[in-house]
Amino acid sequence: MDAEKAQAYWKENIRTILSLLVVWFIVSLGAGVLFIEQLNAIEISGVKLGFWFAQQGAVYAFVILIFVYVYKMGKIDEKYGVNE
Amino acid sequence: MELQSLIYIFVGISFTIYIGIAIWARAGSTKEFYIAGGGVHPIANGMATAADWMSAASFISLAGIIAFKGSDGGAYLMGWTGGYVLLAMLLAPYLRKFGKFTVPDFVGDRYYSDVARTVAVIAVIFISFTYVAGQMRGVGIVFSRFLEVDVNTGVMLGMGIVFIYSVLGGMKGITYTQVAQYVVMIFAFTVPAIFLSIQVTDTFLPQLGLFSQTSFAFDSGVRVIPEGTYLMHALDQAVNDLGFNNYTEPGSIFNMFMLTVVLMAGTAGLPHVIVRFFTVPTVKDARISAGWALLFIAIMYTTIASVAAFSRVNLISNVQNVDYKAFVAGEMIRADGTVNNGAWFKTWEQGGLLAWNDRNGDGKIQYANGAAFDGAKGKPVYDGEKRGINGQRLTINAKGTPTEAELKANNGVANEIYVDRDIMVLANPEIANLPAWVIALMAAGGLAAALSTAAGLLLVISASISHDLFGQVLMKDKKTGKSTLSEKAELNLARGAAVVAILVAGYLGINPPGFVAQVVAFAFGLAAASFFPVIILGIFDKRMNKEGAITGMVVGLTFTFAYIVYFVFMGGAKEDYLFGIAPTGIGTLGMVLHFVVAYFVSRATPPPPAEIQALVESIRVPSGAGAAIDH
Repeated sequence: MDAEKAQAYWKENIRTILSLLVVWFIVSLGAGVLFIEQLNAIEISGVKLGFWFAQQGAVYAFVILIFVYVYKMGKIDEKYGVNE
Repeated sequence: MELQSLIYIFVGISFTIYIGIAIWARAGSTKEFYIAGGGVHPIANGMATAADWMSAASFISLAGIIAFKGSDGGAYLMGWTGGYVLLAMLLAPYLRKFGKFTVPDFVGDRYYSDVARTVAVIAVIFISFTYVAGQMRGVGIVFSRFLEVDVNTGVMLGMGIVFIYSVLGGMKGITYTQVAQYVVMIFAFTVPAIFLSIQVTDTFLPQLGLFSQTSFAFDSGVRVIPEGTYLMHALDQAVNDLGFNNYTEPGSIFNMFMLTVVLMAGTAGLPHVIVRFFTVPTVKDARISAGWALLFIAIMYTTIASVAAFSRVNLISNVQNVDYKAFVAGEMIRADGTVNNGAWFKTWEQGGLLAWNDRNGDGKIQYANGAAFDGAKGKPVYDGEKRGINGQRLTINAKGTPTEAELKANNGVANEIYVDRDIMVLANPEIANLPAWVIALMAAGGLAAALSTAAGLLLVISASISHDLFGQVLMKDKKTGKSTLSEKAELNLARGAAVVAILVAGYLGINPPGFVAQVVAFAFGLAAASFFPVIILGIFDKRMNKEGAITGMVVGLTFTFAYIVYFVFMGGAKEDYLFGIAPTGIGTLGMVLHFVVAYFVSRATPPPPAEIQALVESIRVPSGAGAAIDH
C-alpha cells in the first residue's frame, strides 16, 4: 500500500470514528449527564428521559454504535483493499 | 430440596466445569499462556471479555449502589459500558495489529524506551492488585454467606480453583473457563431479575419493568401508594416521604460528569481488558469482538437499573414497620396472605452487614433517611454476641430515642437499621421469597463473577512480571535486544509469578485492607491517567516521542495518586477539593494533564526515530496482522 493511499485510508478512518464519537458523547455525557435535568422534564410511562438515558438508554446506543463502526470500517477496508 | 444442598450442587457443578475446561485447555507455549495462541473466535472472546470485565463489583455491588444512590448511579452504568466504544474505536484494532503480548510491550516498543516500559509495568501491577483485592472481598462474602464456611477457608478455596486454571492453562485456560463463567453469571443475574420484575410490576422483561406499574399496594410507612402507580413515581414518592433525595433526581452534574469520564477512559485503559483483544486472529475480529463483549455486558447492565429500583421498593415494603421477632422467625403474614420471611435479615445481621436498633422501643423495624448508629458512616459496632430483648444483635454505638427534629424530617419515621449496600443483590431473591434454586444459582453466579475477573487480573500481573520485567528489561541481551530467557524458562517464570500473585491476592482476601471500596477508584483513576492517554497518543500522534510519553505518564500518575491518597486516606477536607472535584473523578483531570504535558514536552524535544514512525504507519493499517509475533 503506497503512502498516499495509506494517508487517505487513515483520514477516512478518523472521519468515521469522529462522527460516531459525537453520537457517543451526545447519548451518554450529553443526555445522561449535562442535559439530564432538561430531559427529565419529558416522561415516558413514569420514567424520566434523562434518567433513562443515564441508566439504560446510553448502553443500548453504545452497542449499536460499535456494530455500526464495525460495518463502516469493513466497507472502508474493502474499498482500500486492506481487508483480510 | 433444601437450600444448602442446592447451593453445594450448583457451586460444585460449576467448579467441576471450570476445572475440566482448564485441563482440556492447558497452555504449552508462552504464546498460549499470554494470549491463548491468538486464535480465539471473536464471539468466544466477547464472552470471555464480558466475564473478565464483570467483576464481583458489577455482580454483587452495583445494583446495590444504584438502589441507594438513585440517579447518580448512572455514572457507573454509562462509564463501565461507554469505555467499550472507546476501546473498539481507539485502541483494540491498532493494538491487535501491533500484535505483541502485553500493554507494557506496546508502551516499551512504541516509545523505544525501557524506562517507559518499566513505568508501564509498575502501573499494571499496581492497578491490577488494587482491583484483585476487591474481587477477593467478593469471594469472601459469597463463600461465607452461602457455603457457610469461614471467610478464610472460602478465600483459600477460591484461590485453589483460580490456581488450577490460571497456572495450568494461562490465557488459553482462562479464556474458555470465562466463557463458561459468563453463561453461569448471566443466568444467575437475569433469572432472579425476571422473578423480581414479575413480582413487583407484572412485567416479564426487567428492562421494561422500569416503565411499568406496581402490582401491589405499596405501604412506605408514611402512606399507602395504590396499586397501579408507575413504578418510578411510587419509588420517588416513598423515598421522598422517608426523607431521602428523590430517586430520579440528579445530584452534582459536574461530579457525575467527571466520574463518568474517568470510568469510561479507565475501562478502555485497564490492562486486563485490553489484553483480551490480543487473543483474536485479525484486526477485524478485534473490532467485532468488542461489539460482542459489550452486547454480552449490556444484557446484564441494562438489567441492573431495574434490579436496583425493584430492590429498593422491595426493601421498603418488606421491612417497614414489621415486628422483628415475628419477621425473622418467618411468621410475618402480608395483607394478601403470603409470608414475609425475614430469615435473610437474621443471616446478614449475623454476618455483620445489617443491624437493627429499636430506637422507639416498639419492637418493629423502621427504615428512613438518617443514621441509626453513631460514628463512622452510621455503621454498627457490635457488642460481641450480646442480644436484645427481641433477639437482635446489640451494638455499642446505638443512637437513643429519636428526636423531634428527626421525626419531623422523615414524616414521623426515624431510621432504625443499617443495610450494607453489598448485600442487596445477594439478598434480593431471599427478600422476595424466590425458590431455593434461584438463590443457589445466585451463589454460583457471584463466585463466577469474582473468580473470572480475579483470574484475568492475575494473568496480567504474571505476564507483566515474566514477559515485560524479566523478558524485556532485566534479562534482555544488550546487543541483540532480545530476551536471554528460553521459551521454556519464561513459561516457568510466568507460572511462578502467577503463583506469587495468587498468594498475595489470597493474603489481601484474608486480611482485606479496610479501604477496599475506595481503592477501586484508584484503579480507574490511574488507568485513565496513564494507559488510556499514552496508548491513544502512541497511535494517533505520530510525532509523540518517549520524552512526552514518559513525562505524561509520570505527571498523570503522580497527580492522580497524590490527590486520591490525600483526600481518601489522609483525611483531606472536602472544602479543599480542587475545583470541587471528588477524588473518584480526579482521574479525568489527571488524564487531561497527561495529554497536555505529553503534547508540549514532545514538541519541545526531537521527533521519534524513522523506524518508530514507520511502526505507527503500519499499525494504522489492518492488513497483515497475522498472528502475534513469537519471539
